[in-house]
Amino acid sequence: MKAVSPGKGKKAKTDSTEEIWNLRLYVAGQTQKSITAFANLKKICEEHLAGKYRIEVIDLLKNPQLAKGDQIIAIPTLVRELPEPLKKIIGDLANTERVLVGLDIRSVTG
Amino acid sequence: MVKEKHDVDVLEKCPTGIRGLDEITKGGLPRGRPTLICGSAGSGKTLLAMEFLMRGAMDYGEPGVFMTFEETPEDLAKNFISLGFDLHDMMSRGLIATDHVYIARSEIEETGDYDLEGLFIRLGNAIDSIGAKRVVLDTIEALFSGLSNAAILRAELRRLFHWLKERGMTAIVTGESGDKTLTRYGLEEYVADCVILLDFRIQEQISTRRLRIVKYRGSSHGSDEYPFLIDDRGLSILPITSLGLDYPVSTERISTGVPKLDAMFDGKGFYRGSTILVSGTAGTGKTSLSATFANAACLRGERCLYFAFEESPRQIIRNMGSIGMDLAQWVKKGLLKFHSARPSLYGLEMHLVTFHKVIEEFKPEVFIVDPISNLIAAGTASEVKSILTRLIDYLKMKKISTFLTDLTHFGGSLERTSEEISSLIDTWLLLRDIELKGERNRGLYILKSRGMAHSHQIQEFLLTNQGIGLIDIYTGSGEVLTGSARAAQEAEEKASELARRHEAEYRLREQERKRNALEAKIAALRAEFDAESEEMHLMAEEERKRQSVLAEDRLEMVHLRKGKPSAVRQSARKRRGKGE
Repeated sequence: MKAVSPGKGKKAKTDSTEEIWNLRLYVAGQTQKSITAFANLKKICEEHLAGKYRIEVIDLLKNPQLAKGDQIIAIPTLVRELPEPLKKIIGDLANTERVLVGLDIRSVTG
Repeated sequence: MVKEKHDVDVLEKCPTGIRGLDEITKGGLPRGRPTLICGSAGSGKTLLAMEFLMRGAMDYGEPGVFMTFEETPEDLAKNFISLGFDLHDMMSRGLIATDHVYIARSEIEETGDYDLEGLFIRLGNAIDSIGAKRVVLDTIEALFSGLSNAAILRAELRRLFHWLKERGMTAIVTGESGDKTLTRYGLEEYVADCVILLDFRIQEQISTRRLRIVKYRGSSHGSDEYPFLIDDRGLSILPITSLGLDYPVSTERISTGVPKLDAMFDGKGFYRGSTILVSGTAGTGKTSLSATFANAACLRGERCLYFAFEESPRQIIRNMGSIGMDLAQWVKKGLLKFHSARPSLYGLEMHLVTFHKVIEEFKPEVFIVDPISNLIAAGTASEVKSILTRLIDYLKMKKISTFLTDLTHFGGSLERTSEEISSLIDTWLLLRDIELKGERNRGLYILKSRGMAHSHQIQEFLLTNQGIGLIDIYTGSGEVLTGSARAAQEAEEKASELARRHEAEYRLREQERKRNALEAKIAALRAEFDAESEEMHLMAEEERKRQSVLAEDRLEMVHLRKGKPSAVRQSARKRRGKGE
């Protein structure tokens, strides 16, 4: 996948009326799990948060020191930085329902 | 030979530096492998792991990573300070790296497949940052409460321990005890090389910490439960290495501090390095005897360690002052060290761990426990015997002369109480009350003393302001007397002796007087005789004079008759005039 390999791949579509969803995906190299997770995430975001989200992919193999700051233990881990509060979802994000609950997206779309 | 080689090649050991642990593991933990430390909450797992890292970094030049899953970095730093180490300083010097792994289930949603690569990366990063050789994971079980997919966790743990081995890390993994398993989540399945169990038990309101090596693959190890102690310098595990009976023996003799007592031991006192027990009921002078022995050791310039379980050091110093001993000077000079504690403060094993620790630190030549009986009460007879055997073996190995006192109870047999340990004792003194004629006195005798001639007599034991005195008790006229009875008996004998002497002197004087009288009489008679003979002499003289006068007169008359009176008459007159 395109955005995974560089340390910081950005997909930003801004919308001034809605708050920005700032998401960070921690991976460790291009593993199958990471690729799946990124694809799943992107699909969910496009469906529910079109135009108001930003995904940052962090490869811990390149920046191992970043794992400590966000308390990352599992790979892949998705961190919702904004809006607050901070939320974490671990796994390849295969279960869309759980991801929506985890990110608390229902309320936004519904 | 083959076996030894095998040991060296396959099982290199990593010294922990923890007092006692390296001895029971015969060299330390398996190098380059993980070791599981399990135990209930508060059993000392974290402290053991911490000390393992600290000693590694300070004493063996092996930096370490402390990955904590429970405590915050602040709490961790506090814990390190409680062991006397400044964590921040060591971190800035690159000796220790820490990482606090925080997992809050409420913040985490799990969806789909994942692994714990993040943890591996963090650990790897910490290891690389300081070139660590040691790793502590305390306690990795927190993952099980933070993450719900047990299947993934188990697979990842297996991978983690394998990864640690591959990186050659000597690791300690801690785990909480489970109900039926060693650890709640079965960590022992993954860590197959070495498992150590810590235990924290409370018996009769006294807590004791114990350590046991459950398994140590490919190495022999002590299999007992070893008591251990946690204090401001870390852990001390009682090295209960059975020393056996091959310790060195000394023929050197040391004074008991009481010359007359030395005399009872062939005039030389105890053997150095021997074990001496003094039994006696309350108030028979056990402490005074121990203090005298301590004093004698200090006078020889030796170091003496005095464990007091009944009195505070100050009280002992004051009381010994009253029998003319200045112990304070030795304390000041650093030759005498008191260690006071209530025996009920902790269990028997803890006291023994303390003994070991303080002996290691102070390195005394003389070791006194006053009294040991309180400790004996803290355990069962078999426990006491096995542990005291080890202690005494240890002291003998170190050639430390050991002086134990034993408080026996009124009414009980004096010899009975210490039967558990009597076989360990080389020299056994008994102090006992002798009650006679409404008075209590102290008697001392030697019950046994291995390998030396010794007196079998009971001596009366006196405490004076000059120290301890021993007096032969009165054994004349077929009875044994002590105290005032002895004194009275002696006084009586002295009185009659005196009277006899007076009588003799009187007779002597009488004789003298008689002799004087006789001599006076002789003198008087002689004087009388002298006076008489003088008289006689005078009379004879008078007569002679009278005769000569008569003769002159007759001559003169002849002259007168012939008419020539002059010459003869005149010369006669002259002579007479001079004589008058």
